[in-house]
Amino acid sequence: MSAEAPAPAETARVVVLGWGNESRGDDGLGPALLRRIEAVDLPHVTAIEDFQLQLEHAMDLDGADLALFIDASVAAPHPFAFTEAAAREGMTHTSHAMAPEAVLDVFSRVLGRVPPPAFVLAVRGEAFELGTGIGEAAAERLEIAWDFIRPLITAPDVAVWRAKVSG
Amino acid sequence: MFQLETAENPQKLRRIAIDPVTRVEGHGKVTLLLDDADRIHQVRLHIVEFRGFEVFIEGRPFWEVPVTVQRLCGICPVSHHLAAVKAMDIIAGYGQLPPTAEKLRRLMHYGQVVQSHAVHFFHLASPDLLLGFDSDLTRRNIVGVAQDFPEIAKQGVLLRKYGQEVIRHTAGKRIHGTGAIPGGMNKALTVAERDELRRDIDQMIEWSLASVHMVAALHRTKPEFYNHFGEFESSMMGLVDERGALDFYHGGLRAVDNTGKTIFDHVDYSTYEEVLEEQAKSWSYMKFPHIRSLGAEQGWYKVGPLARVQACDFIPSPLADLERKKMMALGHGKPVMGTLFFHWARLIEVLHAAELIRDLLDDPDILGTDLMADKGTRKGEAVGVIEAPRGTLFHHYRVNEDDQVTFCNLIVSTTNNNQAMNEAIRSVARTYLDGREVTEGLLNHIEVAIRAYDPCLSCATHALGQMPLEVDLVDADGRLVSRGRRNMGPAA
Repeated sequence: MSAEAPAPAETARVVVLGWGNESRGDDGLGPALLRRIEAVDLPHVTAIEDFQLQLEHAMDLDGADLALFIDASVAAPHPFAFTEAAAREGMTHTSHAMAPEAVLDVFSRVLGRVPPPAFVLAVRGEAFELGTGIGEAAAERLEIAWDFIRPLITAPDVAVWRAKVSG
Repeated sequence: MFQLETAENPQKLRRIAIDPVTRVEGHGKVTLLLDDADRIHQVRLHIVEFRGFEVFIEGRPFWEVPVTVQRLCGICPVSHHLAAVKAMDIIAGYGQLPPTAEKLRRLMHYGQVVQSHAVHFFHLASPDLLLGFDSDLTRRNIVGVAQDFPEIAKQGVLLRKYGQEVIRHTAGKRIHGTGAIPGGMNKALTVAERDELRRDIDQMIEWSLASVHMVAALHRTKPEFYNHFGEFESSMMGLVDERGALDFYHGGLRAVDNTGKTIFDHVDYSTYEEVLEEQAKSWSYMKFPHIRSLGAEQGWYKVGPLARVQACDFIPSPLADLERKKMMALGHGKPVMGTLFFHWARLIEVLHAAELIRDLLDDPDILGTDLMADKGTRKGEAVGVIEAPRGTLFHHYRVNEDDQVTFCNLIVSTTNNNQAMNEAIRSVARTYLDGREVTEGLLNHIEVAIRAYDPCLSCATHALGQMPLEVDLVDADGRLVSRGRRNMGPAA
């Protein structure tokens, strides 16, 4: 059972995609945060974990009112960045990485509809060595990020989310 | 035949240390080394993410390894899972797997081939092939494909999703699956799961066949270009069954030369060190394997779709074998060597995997519940090999009396293709380098060559999908002449 207040029937349906490799240091930030969200067990939230963001995640967003992408990032400011993402074509030389914007673009092209409003929570990570866990500094950021995102997913409101966007 | 690192004065080609930044972000870095006459003589594709994998595994209990190794690659975790468990079957002392267990593993593996190849083709290859290399950069991606060929893009995404569903039903979960365990499988396929997969497989076969035909049609528009883009001569290696047929899951090692002549055949892969040797180079973390009998200069080879479909005698499914024959006919009796044929071969393999999935789903054994082999004598050392989507994957382990892994050697597909990728880039660079500048055109064409192989440049995505590519042009005195970058910020 959820420890949170029950969501009203009209609560927006949220799909959360968290990805990363927990055996690669701070890359585990995405799955760790996703697990926190799963543990709260909010009925309006669908949490999906994967190693990497990929094409088929566009299909997972079908039916969502809001989308949230969570990942570690070397580029994010301390302790995290919270931004709104729009569908945008992505150019890459490898299939080993895909941006949230590209997933949203696949959604619109394949399903022929505008994707749901989507936001990215990028938690700053620094150490990504194989065989290590989340570092001490990243663990502190995880707590800050959790305190930030928990109320947003508990009572999801796109206007509130937009008001919280960094910068 | 085909020279390796052909600089006339190789001592003058300055050795470049790997930029520490690449170790952090795992981006693709290519160094083009010029000679005194400003001609391309050597290419180095720097791949750094494989170091430490073996150490990561050593010390762990062997039964944990098939699950742990899935963390090595977020794109093909099932391949590592199955290669490791094949080795651990032997370590744990298990004999021949019951038919249902082996068929479930094969089903999982074929699902992996479909999903991996689908994402590769529709995300990386089709934009280049469908829209042309000189198309506007902003259109040369899946968006452009979707605009011009909306059904192709949709089918690619759905093929990918279908492959993922096969994995989920056989491995138990979409990721971190534990379906295969030493000695067999721990999850049977239910009737409902079988029926769900069976419902869509004919559609998947139809789409796969259509995609092969699309590439064949594209080839007919510019055959000379497709035949020779990134072309270089090489040997090829892959697994074949006892009949000489392509087998993704199990078989003996076969290598053929650039004319198709056999170098070795039906080699028991547990003795791979007798036929293959790994060589280290000062500028790369990744080793350079080669065929021992031919030596390092002559013995490098390629693996993966283009190697597999040409090294085998036939593909054991009718539609795919017919398409294989059509593609190989373009070689007029010799293997085709153009880099873009990788895409064609990859789609033939999607078709083959889909046909195999259908056959397995129609096989009553797939619903069996006898999932574990009989246990015999435990072993201290074993090798597991599988044909991963990008090519032959070796897992070699030694385990002590306390069940801990004491030795681990992994030769991943990208390592097997290490020199071949350098040669593909060199072929392209020689054709498209104009002057002493890394132009957009050169960068485009190098990128297309890399995309054909889709090497595992990094399994950690640390920058929210940004996987930058950097190409350096270095003269004979070691000076950086020009640098091209993509998906990166301004030069530091």
